[in-house]
Amino acid sequence: MVFKPIKGRVWKFGDDVNTDVIIPGKYKFKTLNMKELAEHAMEGLDPNFSKKAKPGDVIVAGKNFGCGSSREHAPRVLKELGIGAVVAESFARIFFRNAINVGLPVLESKEASKETREGDILEIDLEAGVIKNREAERSYNFRPLPSVLLDILQSGGLVEYLKKKGTYVL
Amino acid sequence: MGKTITEKILSRASGKNVEQGELVVAEVDLAMAHDGTAPLAIKMFREMGGELLWNAKKVILVIDHVAPSATEGTSSLHKLMRQFSAEQKIENFYDVGVGVCHQLMVEKHVEPGMVVVGADSHTCTYGALGAFSTGIGSTEVAAVFKTGKLWFKVPETLKINLDGEMPPHVTPKDVILYLIGQIGADGATYKAVEFSGEAVKHMSVDGRLTLCNMVVEMGAKNGLVEPDETTEKYILEKRRNFSKALKNDPDAEFVETREYDVSKIEPQIACPPTVDNVKPVKEVEGLDIHQVFLGSCTDGRVEDLKEAAEILAGKRISPHVRMIVVPASVNVYLEALEAGFIKTFLEAGCTLCNPGCGPCVGAHQGIPAPGEVVLSTSNRNFVGRMGCAEADIYLVSPKTAAVSALTGKITDPQGWRG
Repeated sequence: MVFKPIKGRVWKFGDDVNTDVIIPGKYKFKTLNMKELAEHAMEGLDPNFSKKAKPGDVIVAGKNFGCGSSREHAPRVLKELGIGAVVAESFARIFFRNAINVGLPVLESKEASKETREGDILEIDLEAGVIKNREAERSYNFRPLPSVLLDILQSGGLVEYLKKKGTYVL
Repeated sequence: MGKTITEKILSRASGKNVEQGELVVAEVDLAMAHDGTAPLAIKMFREMGGELLWNAKKVILVIDHVAPSATEGTSSLHKLMRQFSAEQKIENFYDVGVGVCHQLMVEKHVEPGMVVVGADSHTCTYGALGAFSTGIGSTEVAAVFKTGKLWFKVPETLKINLDGEMPPHVTPKDVILYLIGQIGADGATYKAVEFSGEAVKHMSVDGRLTLCNMVVEMGAKNGLVEPDETTEKYILEKRRNFSKALKNDPDAEFVETREYDVSKIEPQIACPPTVDNVKPVKEVEGLDIHQVFLGSCTDGRVEDLKEAAEILAGKRISPHVRMIVVPASVNVYLEALEAGFIKTFLEAGCTLCNPGCGPCVGAHQGIPAPGEVVLSTSNRNFVGRMGCAEADIYLVSPKTAAVSALTGKITDPQGWRG
């Protein structure tokens, strides 16, 4: 299994970032065009986020990231902006599953969530379970995802995974 | 070691003796999606090479979130659902105006012991009938449409014992808001939450649905009430199968058991901007309100409408308040009509909308203005939830909503003398 290395600048958010602020319901009922929807990504917390975020950037947040509605549009708009990964102290379960299914890496690290500052550069190794913050000279270990989820991520999402395997292989 | 109901259902559906924490692939009994999630699911179903549904009888599609459509874009997504339903011969396709997906699922489809998934976070509601039901995303529901299977992590179960008698003016909504305030927005993440105790035993199915509906607001995977005579009566009235065998084993393992005495709970209110920001209503009494919403998958059922109608009977709401009432389904609407509640609402000055999600998701039927305060019987008060990021949303019971609509201010029904 080979993953592209993840390395990017950090955007920091707090606890309980819900899917209504990641992508408000009023937009998502009108279109399936993720490019259009991505212009409103994180609008509820930072209306300029979609203009500021660059491909490869990493979101670092607190507890319960992605709570609320099951809308898969939430991880999709972040993926559309090119976000490389979301690091949080913890995730709400539906967002967590959705992120893996659309090929957006999500990983839990309480320490990295607490110590990382906005603008830091993080390097993430998904298979080894290591986050490095070179400037801060800090390194954090996290428990790598179960193999089926790494497989889905590595395929680029659930659609490609199922095309390849036909069904879930645990 | 004995098994919990959730473990028994997942054991049956995966064909193995499951353990807590294990990843299993289970057969799904019913899969649901609505107009907020089905269009993306249909697109993904096709992208993954889907041609025919694994079982068209087990798929339920509902147009309820923006129904009737408010924009051309939404209309096109609705059209996609209609075309897909016709092409796939989906008998259980509910078009505009039939009701909220979760209400239709419990009225028409769910049976105790089933594994049910839905592309909506409040799919956890059906645990009130003793099913294992949980929310997933569009691509996952597309995968279920194609294969009939899904992977699950077998959850630990948090047991919540509710004893004591509910005080007058305290409803199941107040109880679940109180519990969310105690447990926190992520306090039950990944867990099954099972409600038991005397207070649950005496609660109607409508009330149990309100409890299970909101377990996702504490992060839970599924809610659950052990099926009993009340469940049996509800299911049999609707001519579906009832399995009496579904009980927790006496030595089933619960990760934690919490005890609460409901007789000590007062009317509760979830203040913006999170559902776990819960206080007794009396602490925020007196705040001017502009819009009241009575309805949703949380509190749009007959019992909820009854509680509000009894308060509003023969009175007029404040001239400074708009009160929007949305029965959760056509069946609920007809029953409320028969009982005279609809007449009461209209005479009190309320606005009645067709069955559906109403203004809960902020796409139509009552988007507030900046600076306005909304009192809602729904389940989320996040920034922008109802379509305006500068409006404040407070979550309450149908009783608190009705009393406050009369006074034009947040009002505790316990202290109110109409």
